[in-house]
Amino acid sequence: MSTILESFAAALSLILHLNKELLGIILLSLKVSGIALAVATLIGLPLSALLGFKKFPLKGLLVSILNTFMGLPPVVVGLFVYLLLSRSGPLGFMALLYTPTAMVIAQTILALPIVTSLSHSAIIGVDPIIKQASMTLGATPSQVSLTVIREARYGIMSAIIAGFGRVMAEVGAILIVGGNIAGFTRVMTTTIALETDKGNFELALALGIILLSISLGINSALHLIQKKGMVGASR
Amino acid sequence: MLGLKTSNIWKSYNGNQILTDCSFSFAEQGVYILTGPNGCGKSTFLRICALIELPDRGEISYFSNGNVVQEDLSLRRRITLVLPKVGVFNTTVFKNVAYGLTIRGIKGNERQEKVNRALEFVGLSHKRNQNARTLSSGETQRLGIARALVIEPEILFLDEPTASVDQKNTQIIEDIILKMKKEHSSTVIITTHDRAQAERLTDHLLLIKEGKIVSL
Repeated sequence: MSTILESFAAALSLILHLNKELLGIILLSLKVSGIALAVATLIGLPLSALLGFKKFPLKGLLVSILNTFMGLPPVVVGLFVYLLLSRSGPLGFMALLYTPTAMVIAQTILALPIVTSLSHSAIIGVDPIIKQASMTLGATPSQVSLTVIREARYGIMSAIIAGFGRVMAEVGAILIVGGNIAGFTRVMTTTIALETDKGNFELALALGIILLSISLGINSALHLIQKKGMVGASR
Repeated sequence: MLGLKTSNIWKSYNGNQILTDCSFSFAEQGVYILTGPNGCGKSTFLRICALIELPDRGEISYFSNGNVVQEDLSLRRRITLVLPKVGVFNTTVFKNVAYGLTIRGIKGNERQEKVNRALEFVGLSHKRNQNARTLSSGETQRLGIARALVIEPEILFLDEPTASVDQKNTQIIEDIILKMKKEHSSTVIITTHDRAQAERLTDHLLLIKEGKIVSL
């Protein structure tokens, strides 16, 4: 018990003194996850709109695949990206393995199905009367689509936040493709795993507290967004 | 002035014939009221006229100064339909009413003035900054009317505007329709199953009987 308390006190001290190593790890985590989420959103949003508005063959199958990929095991993604980027792999010439870019690629693959699938659900969940109202007021087909997307905005924001939660908490894939190199590819989750293995609980706990705080922040934002969206859905 | 002629319209749903060789010409400006019992085809006829639904057979033609107007976006922007369940956008009352102007590229003071005028016309000025989805059913219906009026349609279709509103709002909506009738600014075609209300509001009373329009 005393070890836990001592570690906790040491962790708080690291946070309060803005430990340089700690800050570097947090910033890299936010950078990698932020870029991955931005890329996933840039690809996922147009894809969800396409799935929401257009009819094309095998659309149902594509939606089912996306829904299945929401639960994609991170280590499998890590292995897949590793094989792609390893020296003997098809993209080996790019020398991306064990770099933050490789971690971004792995996290983008993990976030993309979540952002796309949940955004798609939000778009198709918009009351069809909105589309009709927009049409009766003289909107062009693209204006109608934009109106529906705007109505789905709270659901889409929730999808993006859920994607961020997924990548921030992820460890398996980035450990495989990033290699957990100190000062280069070491992020919060991989550091927690490594430091716990080494018995160095102070840093692991400090990062755990910060990760939990970020998670709390994400969930609070999600709650606020859902609450705001509920005002609109109440009638 | 934009006029509308329907020629030999047929429409059925799941084998039930709703409209049968239905023809009518809305050539004069004014308020027309289409009445008849529930399920007689009033709303179907209105949706077909408003180009929201296609007939099985028959033709809808819009004309202006004796010439047929081509059915395209510019024609669709000269008419509008207010549905019985108004599709309210999840934003303020002001932005809801401004929607039709925004998509037409009308901005700034012009947009503000037009929206303010429409809100005043339907008595919703005091709710302009409120989220439109917090309005009552009657207020929502008035919002739908304001949203249509702001784009100054040459033909305005109102489908059962008082079907789901309380007595107070029914009275307000009837007053709005009487104001529109007095202003003679556009053709207004309304459906209602309430015959007494229809007689209170117009001289152009129409009845849908056995799938056809009969002038009363």
